[in-house]
Amino acid sequence: MAIIKSRRSLKGVHVPHHKNTEHCESVLFRDVGEVVIPMQQHMGAPCQPTVKAGDLVKLGDKIGDSQEFFSAPIHASCSGTVVRVEDFWTVTGAQTKAVVIKNDGEYTVSESVKKPFISDKEDFIHAVRESGLVGLGGAGFPVHVKLAYKNPERIDTLVINAAECEPYITADFRECMENTDAVLAGIRAVKKYLNIKSVYFGIEANKPEALKLLDEKTESDPDFHVVQLKQLYPQGAEKSIIYAAAGIVVKDGKLPADCGVIVMNVSSVGFIGNYLETGMPLVSKRITVDGDCVNRPQNLVVPIGTPIRCVLEYCDGDLGCKKLLMGGPMMGTPVNSVDTPVIKNNNAILAFSHNDILGKQTTACIRCGKCVSVCPMNLMPTMLEKAYDRKDAEALNALHINLCINCGCCSYTCPAKRQLAQKNQLAKTFARKSAVKS
Amino acid sequence: MGNFIVTPSPHITSNHKTSTIMRDVIIALMPALVAAVVVFGIRALVVTAVCVASCVLFEYLIRRVMKRDATISDLSAVVTGILLAYNLPVTIPLWIAVIGSFIAIVVVKQMFGGIGQNFANPALTARIVLFASFAVHMTTWANPFDIDTISSATPLLDIEHADTMALFLGNVPGCLGETSALALLLGGIYLVLRRVISPVIPLTYLGTVFVLSWLLGSDPVNQLFAGGLMLGAIFMATDYATTPITTKGKFIFALGCGLMTIAIRLYGSYPEGVSFSILFMNLLTPLIDRVTKAKAFGTQKKKKGAEE
Repeated sequence: MAIIKSRRSLKGVHVPHHKNTEHCESVLFRDVGEVVIPMQQHMGAPCQPTVKAGDLVKLGDKIGDSQEFFSAPIHASCSGTVVRVEDFWTVTGAQTKAVVIKNDGEYTVSESVKKPFISDKEDFIHAVRESGLVGLGGAGFPVHVKLAYKNPERIDTLVINAAECEPYITADFRECMENTDAVLAGIRAVKKYLNIKSVYFGIEANKPEALKLLDEKTESDPDFHVVQLKQLYPQGAEKSIIYAAAGIVVKDGKLPADCGVIVMNVSSVGFIGNYLETGMPLVSKRITVDGDCVNRPQNLVVPIGTPIRCVLEYCDGDLGCKKLLMGGPMMGTPVNSVDTPVIKNNNAILAFSHNDILGKQTTACIRCGKCVSVCPMNLMPTMLEKAYDRKDAEALNALHINLCINCGCCSYTCPAKRQLAQKNQLAKTFARKSAVKS
Repeated sequence: MGNFIVTPSPHITSNHKTSTIMRDVIIALMPALVAAVVVFGIRALVVTAVCVASCVLFEYLIRRVMKRDATISDLSAVVTGILLAYNLPVTIPLWIAVIGSFIAIVVVKQMFGGIGQNFANPALTARIVLFASFAVHMTTWANPFDIDTISSATPLLDIEHADTMALFLGNVPGCLGETSALALLLGGIYLVLRRVISPVIPLTYLGTVFVLSWLLGSDPVNQLFAGGLMLGAIFMATDYATTPITTKGKFIFALGCGLMTIAIRLYGSYPEGVSFSILFMNLLTPLIDRVTKAKAFGTQKKKKGAEE
């Protein structure tokens, strides 16, 4: 089947691409002395450590798990000795535990790692949970929860998110190019066990090689549709890609699954493909290391828990940079220490020598309406900001503050340099609290 | 712990600034200034310079008096000054121009909170105040290429017999910046290409005037090129602060402007209705904004009385 060029698109902004690393083949990075593995690397309940100081662990051993369904287990990303279990603050401010393992450098594979036996859907969902997989696109949503939707017969469409609309990041692109067969195997497994009819591959137009390769590989299968998306940030946002790739509108207050569609990141399905073959749980992650403070930008596959310091040193990065991001410059999380470990849903480490935001003076809103004309959810950020400033929860709800996906387009485009996206986040919390009170 | 800067996302921003937008508007206004100097001589430049200088000075002084941040670097006062000058006859005594700047900047703009907060277009309101206060000075139209002789009337009074080419190029009596449709259109195209303005308002406004004057038996082409319509439709009716935000709102706004302009031109006692119609629609803008909120993605309009 030919590549479908999508003409549909929700709104957004044109950001500079900076895909400097798109032709950097991934390098396996293993030269790390100590890994710090946090017990919360996903949305949902944190895990409890199942090992203690002094224990010997092997690559792939489970070291953290939870009784809760809405959680995902955590595995050792190297072989060696557990040095300590310490208190740990995640980059979002939550307090949890972290298991610190001294790497013996052998990467001896655990006996528990074996090809999973799968006969039906329950087995499949169980295997996905045991693999520790969380959404690798950035949100870190446990994948088995997504797959265990209560009315599975309604889901007939799978959208594979390979839009990668954030500047700099090329990790998903490299996944498409280097791990193509596993990606397709993963998709076929999901398709088989969830009884999915059509698969839409959403890839932005700035990755013609990935589009071509996937189109060639899926040519014979009429259920696969490779869709070329317009180059527009945030095409990879869930509702945006569902609309642009499959033409489905996810209504306010509904989950994609309610509308018959689920979205999975290309690296997530690629991992499933590998896992079904080898049984190796999620212990490493491909990340793009870039930014103007990195002298050798490249894609690395690193063990989960590797401190950013090791990654930056390997890439000849300047540890004296001003801003350090996990993820892309539009939605990534800034970290305050180079000792922060790489976690499952990281897809990039970016180091910058300057700060684009501070130092730009915020001035009065001139009502130009640019924020309204770029909002993918068609909200009115300027009016949301005013409603929040006067603490008007009713107006915030009437303006659908809950729909804001925090993509940052409004802040990006604002000529008055107003922090509209930040205000929206505050307003969301405010509106929710007001609703509880009344 | 660490020594990195931590701020909420996004971590990059576009290169747009308020001052870059205003700079684009100033660039877009330059062809009309050239046309004004060609048609009316060097005094057009003098009037413009006086208006710009006094607007910037008033903006600086009033912000000092009100103990607010200085805002002259955003260039909006420069834009207001140029637009005010374009709305004055070339023969205007300079002290009247300075009064106009005072009204535009101090009364209309800063008294209501400064940039983005004023409910009426400063330059237009100043024009109307001057028009009501100094009617003779404001309606003394100099002949093109010979500003010492006074023209009998603006071409709007005898639109059927006006020379279309003269109206298009600008060698007709009128306010100094409004006469050359060609120069203003060039500026408008620049603003649309630079995405400073959306073409919705100018196209709807001009289209409404064209269709209505054709239906009502007037010369539609001359109606487009005569008077202050081009200046109004491209530069005044697209002012961010005083026009609706959404495309639907902009369309309603421009439609209203077109209807009012034709009503005043064809049936009113004034020959020109652009300023009044834009000012009137400025006042309706908050109401238009209320009824033309953007419909959020995936939501449905609530039926009236369904909830609440």
